[in-house]
Amino acid sequence: MGLLDAAVTRHNVLVTSVDNVLNWARLSSLWPMGFGLACCAIEMMATNASNYDLERFGIFPRSSPRQSDLMIVAGTVTMKMAERVIRLYEQMPEPRYVLSMGSCSNCGGPYQDHGYHVLKGVDRVIPVDVYVPGCPPRPEALIGGLMKVQELIRMEQIGVSRADALKKLAEKAQDPRFIVERERKVARA
Amino acid sequence: MEEGKEVSRSVQESTAAYKIIQETFGAAVSALDANETMPFLEVLESGRWVEIALFMRDHAKLKFNYMACMTGVDYPAEGKVGIICNFQSLALLNHKLAVKVKCDRDGGCIPSVSRVWHTANWHEREAYDLFGMIFTGHPELKRILCPDDWEGYPLRKDYKVQERYHGIKVPY
Repeated sequence: MGLLDAAVTRHNVLVTSVDNVLNWARLSSLWPMGFGLACCAIEMMATNASNYDLERFGIFPRSSPRQSDLMIVAGTVTMKMAERVIRLYEQMPEPRYVLSMGSCSNCGGPYQDHGYHVLKGVDRVIPVDVYVPGCPPRPEALIGGLMKVQELIRMEQIGVSRADALKKLAEKAQDPRFIVERERKVARA
Repeated sequence: MEEGKEVSRSVQESTAAYKIIQETFGAAVSALDANETMPFLEVLESGRWVEIALFMRDHAKLKFNYMACMTGVDYPAEGKVGIICNFQSLALLNHKLAVKVKCDRDGGCIPSVSRVWHTANWHEREAYDLFGMIFTGHPELKRILCPDDWEGYPLRKDYKVQERYHGIKVPY
């Protein structure tokens, strides 16, 4: 592997299939450290449980950051907790991803105006890759967010930085209003 | 007069308990506010609060062995902060009463009753954390909810949140 990523910094035929295999391996067994802090933790547990099962995606929750490659920040992050979140994020081995679940960790949520002790969005302390909106997001929404992380992993190649991979992912995004309108038209017909 | 019918049994019991306190402490306590929801008295001389607390807990006809709750309150119009404690006599005499104690906003002190009812220990820490009154004689008076180096007392009416905490921006 050292030979490959030292000699190869651009996408070429030699690296393509290796990239694909490695990315497929990584996204098919994404072990999250479910960092359940508040109500979103319940929805995360529900997603892990039988009806919406995350295990079938290979997502097997780990309690330790040292063994996980994804951190799902589920719930309100307070100022006291923010310092611990940073510490746990730094303990995760790379490549690591962060998924912010729910309003509170996206932007402070309902505590936006008057929450004196609430961190207004976990992206003030750690870099977030995917945001899942909702209060709390339904299990289907969380699964959608996790699939976005999987797409992000597919975009990654040896020699491409995370910021570039995120940009590529954003380019691939579709406007939801267009899709909703289209589906409505089909339903009316 | 139909007062006996209007006033419920629990308020009557609280009034009887209040009378015993008033006989002993006289002017140190205010008149009883005998409302249905929370009959309360106010301790006017806060220096005697621990004495009154011990009396309420140990007297044979009072036996208030359970402090159900202690809340802090901000009275901005009077320039004071205070506490409201709810007491019950659990499984003994089955009556209840509430007590209010006030002190000044800046540097005001209320004697701690954590040695009378252990529940008061953390409740007083919470009231100190959020309102800023000092409880004299408390074994460990430090912040309990906010971090130890937080600035200000959040639940006061004139509280402005700090700009940064350890380099993290606090307001939205």
